[in-house]
This record gives sequence, C-alpha cells and structure tokens, in this order.
Amino acid sequence: MLNFILRRLGTFIPTFIGVSIVSFLFIRLLPGDPILLMAGERGMTDERYAQLMTQFGFDQPLLSQYWDYLKGILQGDLGTSFKTKRPVWDEFFTLFPATLELSLCAIVFAVTLGLPAGIIAAVKRGKWPDQALMSTALVGYSMPIFWWALLLIILFSGMLGWTPVSGRISLMYFFPTDTGFMLIDSLRSGQEGAFASAVQHLILPTIVLGTIPLAVIARQTRSAMLEVLSEDYVRTARAKGLGPLRVNGLHALRNALIPVITVIGLSVGTLMAGAILTETIFSWPGIGKWMVEGISSRDYTAVQGGLLMIAVIVMVVNLVVDILYGLINPKIRK
Amino acid sequence: MTASDNSNAVTANAAEGQGELMARPGRFREFWSYFSENTGAVIGLVVFLTFILIAAFADVLAPHSPTEQFRQALLQPPAWQEGGTSEFLLGTDAIGRDLLSRLIHGARYSFFIGVIVVVIAAGSGVFIGLVAGFARGWVDTLIMRLMDILLAFPSLLLALVMVAILGPSLVNAMIAIAIVLQPHYVRLTRAAVLQELPKDYVTSARVVGASRFRLMFVTVLPNCMAPIIVQAALSFSTAILDAAALGFLGLGAQPPTPEWGTMLADSREFVLRAWWVVTFPGLAILINVLAINLMGDGLRDALDPKLKRS
Repeated sequence: MLNFILRRLGTFIPTFIGVSIVSFLFIRLLPGDPILLMAGERGMTDERYAQLMTQFGFDQPLLSQYWDYLKGILQGDLGTSFKTKRPVWDEFFTLFPATLELSLCAIVFAVTLGLPAGIIAAVKRGKWPDQALMSTALVGYSMPIFWWALLLIILFSGMLGWTPVSGRISLMYFFPTDTGFMLIDSLRSGQEGAFASAVQHLILPTIVLGTIPLAVIARQTRSAMLEVLSEDYVRTARAKGLGPLRVNGLHALRNALIPVITVIGLSVGTLMAGAILTETIFSWPGIGKWMVEGISSRDYTAVQGGLLMIAVIVMVVNLVVDILYGLINPKIRK
Repeated sequence: MTASDNSNAVTANAAEGQGELMARPGRFREFWSYFSENTGAVIGLVVFLTFILIAAFADVLAPHSPTEQFRQALLQPPAWQEGGTSEFLLGTDAIGRDLLSRLIHGARYSFFIGVIVVVIAAGSGVFIGLVAGFARGWVDTLIMRLMDILLAFPSLLLALVMVAILGPSLVNAMIAIAIVLQPHYVRLTRAAVLQELPKDYVTSARVVGASRFRLMFVTVLPNCMAPIIVQAALSFSTAILDAAALGFLGLGAQPPTPEWGTMLADSREFVLRAWWVVTFPGLAILINVLAINLMGDGLRDALDPKLKRS
C-alpha cells in the first residue's frame, strides 16, 4: 500500500511542477509587454520602467524567475493583484469559501437525487422507470448550464417570484462573516430571517451547478449496480430467499458504491468549471466569478494565481480519491 | 477487439489493404443492425442530420438575413403570442433581428465548431498517442506527463485562460477547446495501441518487414478506431457546449455573429422581459448536444460491445 501511495505521489510532484510552469508562463505568453500590463500605468518614464522591471524580477533570467515564483508559491505568495493591490493568496481564500459552500451544496443535491435515481433505474432495468430516468439523465448531461440557469431565473424568480436572482444573501442583513460560509454565519448571527434568506439565495445556483454531476452520478450508479447485480453473490443472496430490499440495498449497493464514490470525487473539476458559469450568472462572489472578472479586467496576477490554485485543488482531491480507492480496492494498487 | 476481428485484420493485411473491404463483407450492415437497435441513437442521428441540412441550406431556409435589423419590431414576441406576427415566427431580439433566421444561421457555426475542433483534437491526439504507444521509454513518459498536466486543469478554465492569451474570437476559442480535448485522444489511443502491440498480427506484420510508419497507421491504428470514434462523437458535443459557454462569457464568437452562446449572452439583460430571446438559442444548443450524445451512446454500443451500458 505504501508503495502505491509513493508511486502515486511520484506522478503528483512532476504534474504539480508542470502546472506551476503553465501558470508561470501564462503572464509571459500574454500579448504585449508584461511590465506595462502588470503596472497598468500609461506613459511611464524609462526610469520607472526599469524600476518596475527590477521590482517584478523581469531583469533576471527566465529560470531564476521561475525559481523565485516556485519558492513564492510554496510560501503562500502568489503575487499582488493589479486591481485591488492585495495579495492574490488572501483574495483567493476570502472568496474560496463561497465557491466551496456552493459546490458542497451542489454535490449533496446531486448525490441525494442521483443515487436513488440510478438504483431505481438499475432495479427496473428496461422498464419505463429506467427509460424515463435515463432519458432525463441524458438531457441533464447535455444541458448548457448557463441557459438552464436563465430558464430557472425566468420561472422561479420572474414568474413565481420565489427566489432571488443574484448574490448570497439579501442586502437587509449585515453580520460578520467569520467562516465565509453564509449558511453558518447567518445562523450564528442570530438575525431573524437571515438563514432563510441565505438558503433562498442558494437554491437556484445549487440546482444549476449540481445538474451535470447529478446526471453523471445517476448514470454511473445505474451501470455499477447492473454490474454488481449480475454477480454470483447477489444470486446467492436471492437464492437464500432474502427480500429485494436487502439484496439490492445491502449486498448490491454497498459494492456498487465504490466506483460511484470515485466519480463523485472526480467531479471536482466539473464543479470548478461549472462554478465559472454559475457564479457569473448569479453574481455569486466566488472563485469562478473572480476568474472571469480577472480576465476581463486584465488582472493577470489574479488569473495566474487562480489558475494555479484551482489546478492544485483538483489535483489534491484526485490524489486523495485515488489513494482511498486503492485502500478499498486492492486490485488497483498494482 | 474480438478474436474474429483479429483474424479479419490479419487477412486484411495479407491482402495488402485493397482486399480489406472484400475481407469484411457487410461490415456496415453489421454496424447498422447494432446501431438501429437503439431507438434513441436513431432519433439522435435523424435530428443531427436535420441540423446538418439546416446548416447547409441556411441561406434558403432563413426568412430574413441574420443581421438585418427591423426597427419597427424590437423584441417582438413569437407568432403565437399576443403581439407576434407570422413575419417573425420566433419573434425578434432587442435590435429587431429575426430570431428564427439567426438560429438557422447559428446551426452553421455549431456544426463548423464541432467538426473543426474534433478534427484538430482527434488528429493531433491520435498521432501523439500512437507515437507514445510505439516509442515507449522516456518519450512515452514525457508525453503522458504533459497530458497529465493539461488534464489537471478543468477544461473550461484552461480554455478560458488560453482565450485570454490568444484574444477573444471564435477561431481562438476553437483552438483552445481542441487543445483541452486532445489529451483524451492521446490516452485512449495509447491504451489501445498497448493492447494491440503484443498481438500476433502485429508481430507477423513486423516479421514481414513492415516499416514503423506502416505498422502505426496501416496495421495497428484501424484496430484502435472503435473507442476513438466514440470519443469523437462525445467531444463533438463537448466542443459545441464549451464554445457556446465561451461565447456566453464574451470570450468566444463576437457579436453580431449569430452563434447560439453569443446570442444568449446578448439576451441576458432581457431575461425577465422577453423569454423568447433566452429560450430558443439555448433550446437549439440543448437539442443539438442531446442528439449527438444519443448518437454517441448508440455508436458505443454498436462499435464496442464490451462497453455496452446494459
């Protein structure tokens, strides 16, 4: 097992270095002079230019620039945002809880609906519930989620007036955001209606972000269940006279869950990509919206830092999932 | 690959390529009999072919020019709703352009995006995958590590950043999406090559003295095609979705291009006032992507029975 973990780490480190090179090169590949881009000043003098050149370290050879960049990353230094002049690291971690809260809600939504849907489809294989559920799942899987978001806004915010259109909480409420999780902070604030408002703001973004993972989980659960249901031990359990609930629920589902859990773990990338669109539409102040704004306002250090951090988060989650999978399933360790 | 496929491949190679078609009689019919078993796949195919026809004859089919502005009919609702006229069947947008005509012309962009992206991604990915699979050693390791790096980034994010470097336009969006999708082809091709290489027919081709180039493209590649074709169908739909998403974020096709994602971006501010400008472009994307995914499922069942879902 230790061998497996070490080997897996052995591919993690070169990938991390590669990812850091990509994000390092990002600013240097941009069209135009990086100094002018970074400083965001017009008509600067030659002296000022030279001074900035030294300040950003651009007078060094590329390799030593990269070395400084890498050292910075490992010490939690991602540079300073052009726009806000604050450290990118701080910006990232101020906004990250918003994205995390939304992603967690989306994955809970996807699992609570996707697992039962996949199980029902597998048990009723070929019959109408299976066909109905899997057709719906395919629609969800094909969904342009930015459009889905607009449709839900038309229906629930426009026509029915049930949910707000944007933000994390109504402007009426103001309280310290210690944890960064609006659901927790609003509860702790003790203000009447604050928690309900936070929940209302979460509903539509959660549905939008959770739709594709929901479809993937439903499809994956179904096929994993079908595979397990044809195994000998399930037949034995049936032959022993166990009821369908016990066979499907206990014997089959437990084993079918292994690949499903992997899929859930691997959907972090999907969630991060989805967060870019979802947060932009619902004005959700998280990482996705920050990245899009960073690109349009040419805040390139922010984009660079975000690119790196998101890739690292995805990589770490994948690493953990892989190792857990190796723990559960010894076959994979080879 | 089943045993009979292999023996087919051996015969085909012995017959020096020319005899390939004769050595596999009714191959298409076999494929079609599997494919047509899946009703969804056939529906998907019909819808997809309809889209191609619409794209091809957009100039004839569209009642108006996609960019002509009718100043007297701004944000006019669809024909069946109060205030709508039959001149603009699906209504008009904020500056009086006919929505139906724009959607019809948009089909061209969608189809074009899908084809170009898949050709670039699959072409380069398959080639790199073949090289990795054949070369082994450090070349293989280097290629696969590079692919790991590309795959570490969420696809839309990487595409977004690449567009930031290249500048927002439809062509750049397509290049970015192709680069993002390409690692999947590399992995698939390499895995398939590694599976095929130890087989007898490859050894015999080698013994006969086939060049490495010939081994790669004539002997091994045709036997790796099944998963690649399935992947091509799936990435066709991903390409359309991602290009629309980039267009929606203002980083893909630029207005006034009637690309569906860009149309949605234009319509955002009217979301609560004019449902039709929002609903129809997205519906077009959804139907198109859904049809391709249905087809992809059918292709997978027909080409690779091992992967069959049920």
